[in-house]
Amino acid sequence: MRYMMVIHNDDEALAGANQQQLWADYAAFNQALAKAGAGFTSGERLQPGKDGTIVRTRTGKTDVLDGPYTDTKEQFAGYFFIDVPTLEEAVEWANRCPSSRFGTIEIRQIVGAGEG
Amino acid sequence: MTDEARKAAERAARESYGRLVAFLAARTRDVAGAEDALAEAFASALKSWPDDGVPTNPDAWLLTVARRRQADAIRRRQTRTSGEAHIQLMTEELEEAAADPAAIPDRRLALMFACVHPAIERGMRAPLILQTILGLTAIDIAAAFLIPPATMGQRLVRAKSRIKEAGIPFAIPEREDLPERLDAVLEAIYAAYAKGWTEIGDTTADRLADEAIWLGRLVVSLLPDEPEAKGMLALMLYAEARRHARRTANGAYVPLEQQDTDLWDEPQIMAAEAMLRDANSAGPTGRYQIEAAIQSAHVARRVTGRPNWDAVVALYDVLLKLTDSPVVILNRAAALLETLGAPAALASLDTIATDKRMADYQPYWAARGHLAARAGRKDEAYEALTLAIGLSTDEAVRHYLMDQRNKLQDG
Repeated sequence: MRYMMVIHNDDEALAGANQQQLWADYAAFNQALAKAGAGFTSGERLQPGKDGTIVRTRTGKTDVLDGPYTDTKEQFAGYFFIDVPTLEEAVEWANRCPSSRFGTIEIRQIVGAGEG
Repeated sequence: MTDEARKAAERAARESYGRLVAFLAARTRDVAGAEDALAEAFASALKSWPDDGVPTNPDAWLLTVARRRQADAIRRRQTRTSGEAHIQLMTEELEEAAADPAAIPDRRLALMFACVHPAIERGMRAPLILQTILGLTAIDIAAAFLIPPATMGQRLVRAKSRIKEAGIPFAIPEREDLPERLDAVLEAIYAAYAKGWTEIGDTTADRLADEAIWLGRLVVSLLPDEPEAKGMLALMLYAEARRHARRTANGAYVPLEQQDTDLWDEPQIMAAEAMLRDANSAGPTGRYQIEAAIQSAHVARRVTGRPNWDAVVALYDVLLKLTDSPVVILNRAAALLETLGAPAALASLDTIATDKRMADYQPYWAARGHLAARAGRKDEAYEALTLAIGLSTDEAVRHYLMDQRNKLQDG
């Protein structure tokens, strides 16, 4: 099953972390991801949510606003993809992701053919 | 009084839950129904015992109440004559049993065999045993098995309906089928222990290790002639004996060869040794007995000052013939380092290098990195340790590996 692993970072907690350690952890995690095989794709890191732009069109009127989309402590910060047989294994990969220690990893199964 | 009543109910729950569920479910094969009936009985107990006093025989009391609920539930569902006869039979049997609780046949083993039946999803066998025999909540089990609680709850319900619908028998298998089926029971219990062993510092998981050992003792007491059950219990006791030595005071990971033997739990080791001796004198040698023997060779260091690596390698050879598992090759390689040296150990790892199961198996890359470093192959060691770090979920282990990797650059 393919999963999109959605990373929500708590920027404050992240800023408090040992940065060198964090990037070393992330480098190792990305290598493990790359080595794990087909269906595992390293995702992308996004600019902070506060620098995002929000677009909303309602009854013909378009609002363009400054981010973040939601006013919460944790913001959508990036994602990666995995392909594993069970939810247990997906949880294991979320657990390995360094961001799980400073924020939240949301596991979302990708809807495949016939699963709509 | 209320407190005493609650404690009595809790004690009864802890000690009798599995026995009563197994007994109530044996005839109906309805584990969920038996659990519901028993839950209502426990609820009534908590309501009435504080006022009326704890009955002399809590088990018999609980059984009587649960039996009434169960019979009511069955009557509501089926009205056919056959159903009535069935209820009659069950009621009579329960009536007798309640009068003399010592006569309640112990059906826990039969229930355990039902829980590990091939029709039950492999990954659900350990959780199912933990819930039906020990009464652990889905939330506790979910935490230990890293599954969302609602998902775990649904899967447990599904597994229990499967027992009923597939007509899985509540029976101890015949002699000729026993070894294979017992293996599934032991595997489920050991899986529960492994969860409790790896998740360090987590109280739910610590408890899970205790519960698994309790289940191991239960199987040994119910099947005293099965050496493998004793072998597995010994194996868990050896691991448990070293629990406090595998972390330093500030939480850093300590590999087995560097553990302070003074921190090993002596009485626990003695119990393991006695259990293993007992197993070995009783008959054919299986996987758990050999793994326990390997542990025994490791703890020999406590007396002699050095582990018996030749014996460890020889035992792994036997285990490898028996299981043909890449994990055995991996563990054997760590022992080979001590007897034949790093290049030979690395060569043995090469035989499983293309095994897909090793690609994201953290211990494989940690071992590979360790052996390559010892062989002076720095680049290879660096790469393997990096992968091991990326695959680690345990912070102490991750720090240990980072330390190993830093030493590569220094040395």
